[in-house]
Amino acid sequence: MKTLLTIYTLWQRELVRFYRQPSRVVGALASPLLFWVLIGSGIGTSFQGHMVNRSMNYLEFFFPGTLLMILLFTAIFSTISIIEDRREGFLQSVLVAPVPRSSIVFGKVLGGATLACSQAVLFLIAVPFLGLHINLWQFLAMTVVLMISAITLTSLGFIIAWKMNSIQGFHAIMNLFLMPLWMLSGALFPPEGASGWLRWMMKLNPLTYELTILRRILYGNNLLSLQLPSMKLSVTVMMIFGAIVFSLATYVVSVRDSKNLV
Amino acid sequence: MVVQIKNLHFAYAGRQALRGVSFDAAPGNILGLLGPNGSGKTTLFRILSTLMLPADGTVTICGFDVAREVVKVREKIGIVFQSPSLDPKLNVQENIQHQGHLYGLYGSELQKRSEELMKRLGVLDRKKEIVSKLSGGLKRRVELAKGLLHRPTVLILDEPSTGLDPGARIDLWNYLKQLRDQENITILVTTHLMEEAEHCNALVIMNHGQVVGSGTPESLKSEISGGVVILKAAHNSEIASSQKTLLAITNPSVIASPAAVILSEAKNLGINSAKQSQSDALEALHESIQKKFQVKGLILEGELQIEHAEGPKLMAKILETFPGQIESVTFRRPTLEDVFIHKTGHRFWNEKL
Repeated sequence: MKTLLTIYTLWQRELVRFYRQPSRVVGALASPLLFWVLIGSGIGTSFQGHMVNRSMNYLEFFFPGTLLMILLFTAIFSTISIIEDRREGFLQSVLVAPVPRSSIVFGKVLGGATLACSQAVLFLIAVPFLGLHINLWQFLAMTVVLMISAITLTSLGFIIAWKMNSIQGFHAIMNLFLMPLWMLSGALFPPEGASGWLRWMMKLNPLTYELTILRRILYGNNLLSLQLPSMKLSVTVMMIFGAIVFSLATYVVSVRDSKNLV
Repeated sequence: MVVQIKNLHFAYAGRQALRGVSFDAAPGNILGLLGPNGSGKTTLFRILSTLMLPADGTVTICGFDVAREVVKVREKIGIVFQSPSLDPKLNVQENIQHQGHLYGLYGSELQKRSEELMKRLGVLDRKKEIVSKLSGGLKRRVELAKGLLHRPTVLILDEPSTGLDPGARIDLWNYLKQLRDQENITILVTTHLMEEAEHCNALVIMNHGQVVGSGTPESLKSEISGGVVILKAAHNSEIASSQKTLLAITNPSVIASPAAVILSEAKNLGINSAKQSQSDALEALHESIQKKFQVKGLILEGELQIEHAEGPKLMAKILETFPGQIESVTFRRPTLEDVFIHKTGHRFWNEKL
């Protein structure tokens, strides 16, 4: 009961803080659309027909990548809230509460993931107007995958943010680590076009597999010219990676030392 | 004993913050942890509030070990942090609600308890207000409400009057005393303010990570028998009497010159040297008194303080022996500050400066 209450209360707080900041709401809704249209059309018309088969244009190719980007950005913003919580002091009263550390992590992560996932889903709803078509089954399957990926990415951000005390430092890590993770997931270009070492990095990148699942659900067999990992492998990687990252987040929170401070 | 601390050690990256702290807190008391910045009291607070683990030694609260039975300890303690622990973007009620959920309270029970506390702390009419808009005093009341929500046995406060105006301070201490007397809550307060220490019924004085004294404020003060004699040295007469001072303010070659010449020279040296000569005069006086009466004092801010069992008698003797060298002399009963000087050998704020 206590665990559920903790998760609920931290999750709910995350949502309340989000909609009390109108600029965050507007930014979250408008920026992915802008990204997709600008990058998608820009790159698409410049490098036409180069990378993908004829049945898929670049806007379509880039669409799952945009979904992943929405998740990544929102997850990053919500993990910045960990640093804010620490600086504003709210975190210290959470840390001394008689609740399991995993419920603290889960509450925070679930809050961030819910925000990230609902933005991605909103973007998904806009799809028919943008000339793409998905059915209900695809929509539901994508929502589940998006939620799992969102939890994973938020946990990842959480681990990084936990030891940080400045938002500037977090931005540096974000540009050096999280952005490349996204770029090398196959979001912008398929692995076939990349050089050997890059292809290997893409293969080792867990996000590649999350993106693959999204791609496979969206486009089914319309991917013949793309060499993607199998669905089975992708789902396995997604689940294992998610579990590892979440456990690690719980671990860093449960360590009581002089750095756990405000 | 509600809180038991035995031989507690803690170090930050090689720097020893606590070196063998031991003391107990009896139920229904307000225990003050008194010490300058850097004395280790904040480290102790963090260990008591379960944010950090003891490196060595044991701490038990209500019989539960802070290292091994942390959840039990956390249920028993309420904490009021020095830095705010409220979410500034939420309102008063929301803040208290989240706190309640973290302690397993919910629904109508939580509603009732939070209304009760907000009413008692006088923030009920502000419950819909966003916290960032509240004054420092009101924020502290909300913090207190948060700390008390789950009816803790021990309330731990870290420098609770930081940032409060005098009125709010009085309110706070009245409320803490009420809690002690009416609800039998044991209260631990860290502070560096002597006036706050006077409100406590038990004190533990810390310095350099060790306990240097403990007891009630009265018993600590009575350790200094008699009182304190405070002397200010006369400025001019000293120049004629102490050759040592001349050395400090003038060239050695003029030692033989008449005092009047030296005086004018000293004036030319400006205000700094005047101050210098005054402190030299005081030191010279200190030395003479030490020789004559075998008592040792401390020079603090231009005053010589001598702790003595028979203060008034000593005062009379000094006046008799060194007429003309003394500007003023006062005698007072010992204060907690004197106890602190006695225990640590330096003035309270010296460490910070």
